[in-house]
Amino acid sequence: MTTSDLALQLWPPAASATAVETDWLILAFTVLTLLLTVPVFVAITWFAIRYREGVRADRSSSGVRSMPIEISWMLIPFLLTLIFFAWGARLFFISKSPPADAMVVEAIGRQWMWKFQHPTGQSEINDLHIPVGQAIRIRMTSQDVIHALYFPVLRMQMAVLPDRTTEMWFKADRTGTYRMYCSEYCGTDHSRMDGRLVIMTQAEYAAWLQDSGAQQGGQAGAGRAVYEAYGCGNCHDPGARVRAPSLAGLYGRPVALADGRTVVADESYLRQKILNPNRDRLAGGGRQVMPAFQGVIANDDLDRLVAYIKATGPRAEQEDPR
Amino acid sequence: MSGSATTGDAHAFRDPQTPDATLDREADYLHAEHTLRSWFFTTDHKRIALLYLASITAFFVLGAVTAGLVRLALVVPDGQVFSNDTYNKLFTIHGVVMVWFFLIPSIPATFGNFLIPLMIGARDLAFPKLNLASWYVFMTGAFFTLVSVVLGGVDTGWTFYTPLSTAFSNTWVVPALIGVTIVGFSSILTGLNFVVTIHTMRAPGMTWFRLPIFVWTHYATSLIFLLATPVITLALVLLILERAFHIGVFDPAYGGDPVLFQHLFWFYSHPAVYIMVLPGMGVISEIVPAFARKKLFGYKFVAYAAIGLASVTFFVWGHHMFVNGQSDLASLAFSVLSFAVAVPSAVKVYNWTATIHKGSLRLDTPMLYAMGYIGLFVLGGLTGLYLATLAINQHVHATYFVVAHFHYIMVGGTVLAFLGGLHFWWPKVTGRMYVESWGRISAFLIFIGFNVTFFPQFILGYLGMPRRYHVYPPEFQFLNILSSAGSTILAVGYIFPMIYLVYSIWFGKRAPANPWDARGLEWTVPSPPPAHNFLSEPKAPEIPYDYPIQASESQRHHS
Ligand code: HEC
Ligand code: HEM
Ligand SMILES: [Cu+2]
Ligand SMILES: [Cu+2]
Repeated sequence: MTTSDLALQLWPPAASATAVETDWLILAFTVLTLLLTVPVFVAITWFAIRYREGVRADRSSSGVRSMPIEISWMLIPFLLTLIFFAWGARLFFISKSPPADAMVVEAIGRQWMWKFQHPTGQSEINDLHIPVGQAIRIRMTSQDVIHALYFPVLRMQMAVLPDRTTEMWFKADRTGTYRMYCSEYCGTDHSRMDGRLVIMTQAEYAAWLQDSGAQQGGQAGAGRAVYEAYGCGNCHDPGARVRAPSLAGLYGRPVALADGRTVVADESYLRQKILNPNRDRLAGGGRQVMPAFQGVIANDDLDRLVAYIKATGPRAEQEDPR
Repeated sequence: MSGSATTGDAHAFRDPQTPDATLDREADYLHAEHTLRSWFFTTDHKRIALLYLASITAFFVLGAVTAGLVRLALVVPDGQVFSNDTYNKLFTIHGVVMVWFFLIPSIPATFGNFLIPLMIGARDLAFPKLNLASWYVFMTGAFFTLVSVVLGGVDTGWTFYTPLSTAFSNTWVVPALIGVTIVGFSSILTGLNFVVTIHTMRAPGMTWFRLPIFVWTHYATSLIFLLATPVITLALVLLILERAFHIGVFDPAYGGDPVLFQHLFWFYSHPAVYIMVLPGMGVISEIVPAFARKKLFGYKFVAYAAIGLASVTFFVWGHHMFVNGQSDLASLAFSVLSFAVAVPSAVKVYNWTATIHKGSLRLDTPMLYAMGYIGLFVLGGLTGLYLATLAINQHVHATYFVVAHFHYIMVGGTVLAFLGGLHFWWPKVTGRMYVESWGRISAFLIFIGFNVTFFPQFILGYLGMPRRYHVYPPEFQFLNILSSAGSTILAVGYIFPMIYLVYSIWFGKRAPANPWDARGLEWTVPSPPPAHNFLSEPKAPEIPYDYPIQASESQRHHS
């Protein structure tokens, strides 16, 4: 899926049987609608030429009665379109009935990020890795406003609601990296609340699980959970509503302070800044809104948190799925 | 309204060569009085129609400028033109203004106000003071909404979905909501006025099946105004209370249900689509017979279809929530009912086409708009069927496919009908003719510009570009540039009429009473009409649309 910037794409890729059938459905429906409307357009154009004022033409009454005509052009198109209602409904109901052996992924939406948790415990942010050929059932909920999880390649979306769990299921049949969006308007960075759907072979998926499991294990992995539990990301993640410095890659780097000193962000600096951010204010005159976590975060959690911050490398620009 | 029902020579108004209005100019409604007071405190339905026309034109300009800025932003994929917040405010203002302050009042409050009394042979609406009051209510609502824009705008989208609008947006939601709530009351007052007027003020002999379709569609629209608007009023008031006092109706944090708001919102807003569509159908049903010189095909069917649409439209709101956690069974029912709505809409299109068949066509500006309308409305309607198909909806819901679909209906359909009507009745309203060639050029530009702007959005939507996206993937850029380019053509097409129509008010040729040789009581009075509409008792025509060429079936069925 590599494309140059101005490439013209006309049809989206499809990666499931439902997606392919949805394409057939809309194409067949288009054939019907063309059959119903092209005659109208041709007729209007033809009449406009044939019966222009001043053109000699037969304008006598043709004696047709209107009732049968009216009834037929009401009922015939309606009955024909009902075929597509039924087809669409069938496909919809299939996509509402997950098979029993589906693998369950938990999804959480929140302004403006996605979090997915795999059945084996690994979690990921804004990306979803799944195995091909395996039924996947996503159970989702929101922590704030309404979002919607949308995978164009699967021709499927579902609202993510704050007060309950919604579901979608699919079985991908093509590997590749595809786009994922939030499709329900959710405020400022709605259009940044996108990510990647990575469909992998079973073997690749197993390897990926192992990798990210290793990464997420240990102190740093647990630290990530602490980071989320205390809502650090609400201010420190890119795109957050509050402007706070990014913590990615902070460890070991020099930090300019408001009083003119420059310190290196070592472990004790991190600890100290988390417990009492009002000390050692940063240069640059940003507003200090971070709460002090002194007495809030227990010591062991603080260790994990610091380990996590140490582990995050310089934040790589999010990889583009194209 | 009593006494003998005689008029002058019935043929006098059929002659396109009818000389200039012989009426003493002092007496026509435009020149009867000159003071500002005589405009701002008028109870004449014709003057009130012009007050509305001026106000909604101003709102159209605001809506169009914000649309232009949105299109400007979308020329680049990475959202560099504005901040995300600014972009969100722009499309919200665009949607709010275009829907509530332009399109909903557009045809009813201007042409409906101006023409219904003339068409049914009445001196005014049933409640002239209420009519004036409705304009003041409208302007009050407009004031609140403009205040919210001036203070910094709103970013919830015109749909105000909860809990974003109640708990998370920190923009000026409440003034905007107050504005929209108030505007609803002006719709209710107008609807009430029309219903009572059509029931009680018809001239002697003007039976229901002698009424022009324009009046029928406005009757149907008024019923929706009366039955649906209170629901949105209620929903918006609850929303304001939720935001201000956390009453816990919509906000899950306080035990409310956010989807409940969507149900209430669409219970009004789907019928509101027909508030926007039906009057346009009425306009087209007047224009097509006049320029085909032929009686409207299937008059009674078209009249019943208007009432049918207005009724069924109340039972399809759930098609906006197929993927919003609604029960699957409900989705099934809403899907099939939505297919059913398409039937009465299709009837009209086929009837207009049949009217042109064997007519004697004149392709003047109003007719060009009418033909453009038919084409775009059909496309908008059919893509609506796609959206009502459950499996397709699951893919294209909340994408640009929806944006394209509703613009085909609302802009391609209703705005073209509005412009067609404006050109058709302009001579009647102002007493002046515009320059025909300019009219045709702009009709053409609008049709081309519209399609270049919005057709690519169907493709964008099917490709999966979500709506309300400021930042979008680069593979969508080409089609977005195309769409933005089209909107510049569209803009030129909109600016032209504003210039030549205004120009014609002072420099246009004097219009005769009936420049198009059209039927209908409004054409029997001088242009512009006298302050009290009819100089002598109006006489209802025996057959509506009594044009020289009779439709094949007419004598047999609808005499
Ligand atoms: C309400 C917003 C907010 C929250 C929540 C928040 N921070 Fe901060 N944080 C800030 C701001 C603002 C600063 C910059 C303070 C300054 O100017 O000195 C900051 C600074 C920091 C710094 C120093 C950054 C540097 O570049 O030297 C660290 C480390 C830090 N925060 C960690 C955390 C951790 C860990 C959490 C979660 C337990 C957290 N913050 C929660 C707003 C927040
Ligand atoms: C009467 C005329 C119009 C009406 C009633 C109308 C209505 C709307 C509505 C209701 C929305 C949705 C706003 C939202 O999502 O909150 C919208 C979006 C939009 N309109 Fe219009 N519109 C009109 C004319 C135009 C025109 C002429 C253009 C072309 C320049 C245009 C361009 C857009 C665009 C690009 C969006 C999408 C913004 C986005 O989703 O990011 N509109 N319009
Ligand atoms: Cu979103
Ligand atoms: Cu609807």
